[in-house]
Amino acid sequence: MATIDAPKQVSFQQDAEVLRKACQGWGTDDKAIISVLGHRNAAQRKQIRLAYEQLYQEDLIKRLESELSGDFERAVYRWILEPADRDAVLANVAIKKLSPDNHVIAEISCTRSPEELLAVRRAYQARYKHSLEEDVAAHTKGDIRTALITDSFGCFLQLLVALVTAFRYDGEEINTRLANSEAKILHDAVKDKKFNHEEVIRILTTRSKMQLMVTFNRYRDDHDTSVTKHLQGDSGDEFLPVLRTSVRCLNDPKKYFEKVLRNSIRRTGTDEDALTRVIVTRAEKDLKDIKEVYHKRNSVPLDQAVAKDTSGDYKALLLTLLGKQD
Amino acid sequence: MALPSGIEALDKAFSGIGVDEKSLIDIIAKSNDEHRTSLRKGCPKLFVEDDNGFERSDQSCIENLKHQFNRFRDAVVLSLLHPWERDARLIEEAIRKGPKSYSVIVEIACTRSSNQLLGARKAYHSLFDHSIEEDLAAHIKDGERKLLVALVSAYRYEGPNVKEAAAKSEAEILYNALNNADETKPLDHEDVVMILATRSKLHLQALYQHYNKTYDKTLTQDLEEGILKDTVECLCTPEAYFHRVLDAALEQDADEESKGALSRVIVTQNELLRKEGYVPNKIQDTLLGFYKDFMLGLIASGDIQENNS
Repeated sequence: MATIDAPKQVSFQQDAEVLRKACQGWGTDDKAIISVLGHRNAAQRKQIRLAYEQLYQEDLIKRLESELSGDFERAVYRWILEPADRDAVLANVAIKKLSPDNHVIAEISCTRSPEELLAVRRAYQARYKHSLEEDVAAHTKGDIRTALITDSFGCFLQLLVALVTAFRYDGEEINTRLANSEAKILHDAVKDKKFNHEEVIRILTTRSKMQLMVTFNRYRDDHDTSVTKHLQGDSGDEFLPVLRTSVRCLNDPKKYFEKVLRNSIRRTGTDEDALTRVIVTRAEKDLKDIKEVYHKRNSVPLDQAVAKDTSGDYKALLLTLLGKQD
Repeated sequence: MALPSGIEALDKAFSGIGVDEKSLIDIIAKSNDEHRTSLRKGCPKLFVEDDNGFERSDQSCIENLKHQFNRFRDAVVLSLLHPWERDARLIEEAIRKGPKSYSVIVEIACTRSSNQLLGARKAYHSLFDHSIEEDLAAHIKDGERKLLVALVSAYRYEGPNVKEAAAKSEAEILYNALNNADETKPLDHEDVVMILATRSKLHLQALYQHYNKTYDKTLTQDLEEGILKDTVECLCTPEAYFHRVLDAALEQDADEESKGALSRVIVTQNELLRKEGYVPNKIQDTLLGFYKDFMLGLIASGDIQENNS
């Protein structure tokens, strides 16, 4: 369930005016920005942008970009974008890093619905004038860490591109016989430590999510452990970790996101990128459930952990998105 | 009606692609028992003298005949379907038929626009409760799998931006992959598959030009027959590809697989063929009956709409 609390009736014009006022004069009224944007869903935010453009002949996003800074600015920027556009930006940021953040690519590919992933690909093209898959392919090639380990490099590239280009069947039809045989294939690959097996990639990147759930369940029934646990271990390259991430995301996304959050909030420094990404992308989806998983696992509410580890307007925005009432 | 010409006419009515329905009506409808017997005796290809005193039909020839009758039917149905459903069904059939039909998959994946291919993928979900890529990957175990799955999954950028430098360096990468003595088959080359399956068509066409200029031969010339060559042709020189396929279908000794391309190409590419003024002489000479009329009608210039207004 979503955490954000958006009122049903909203005056976009009024919101635009409030935001305008917040950006005028010296300094910015960050509280006002948070109190408006932090309580609007995607459709509403889009309308506010349009209203702002109509009233003031400028792009609200560009205005905010110039007024704000730091983690707060990055969070607001990501929050205000439409989901598909946002994911395109996140993907691009991940790809263009010196060491591409392939986990983010896998995360986006595996936790969005097939239609959502298509929308991301369209948005990516509109923004960057390249297809998502060609950028992933081109930049992964430059990923030196993995290129050095030539054995699994080909499969690594194949895995990533297959993940971003998948258009999985989205229906309920499943085939138990198939699930059984593919659970066995996965287990054989795990047993032989041949994780970069073509079949593993095929199964994980083409089967529907429902089909994969049945397959993973069958795996657990047959072997008393989840397939994720069996994918532990260090093969020295990027392939296995990304494969693990994909399986986690497909198997139990909420548990996956809880772990990302847990890792991002640590005593020694916070990974704001990951923290922002998860909160912003899940606030309108299942952040409430993720919070529950977090609380159960860590005996501490997520809000509390975030409050302890962040500060200022950045903290205020995150807490608002987490559902804090003003 | 003189007997010899009846037999000749019958033979002619069955010896092209499709059947000459009119001639068949003229010859057979009016013939009596005696005529029919001499027709059968005069067609040793279709009827053989049986020990028990009758002209027995050759079943495989009869089956082939039935198939010829069905060309018109199948072409009509194909052209009625929504393009997305049409492409989805063509792909599903190609997967079922196996390696001989892989080029059909390449043709559809590479000659449709990005949104048309996407539509076909969606239609496939609705029709078959699976994604194309999962069926492809599950059915094809050999070297072609990587390329085919990647091709159907593409959602290529269709804008005008092309990075010449990248096109140039990728032409070099392809050249090295195709001309090196190393063991790797081109289809297994990660780079080859990635470049062909992810780059935009304009980019690939620029790459094609660079290749030609730099190495004094076209990329197509450097490839052996097979789906890799088909891929490059469909992406870089689609008109040449379609002409080649049509010509092959109309050859004297064309096999069923090649002939099947006629309906598929003409129905799905009729606008393209019309626009470039494709001259259907060989179709005129080789096809028969309603099937011929239908195929010619699809390519003929002049909008049906105009006539109705």
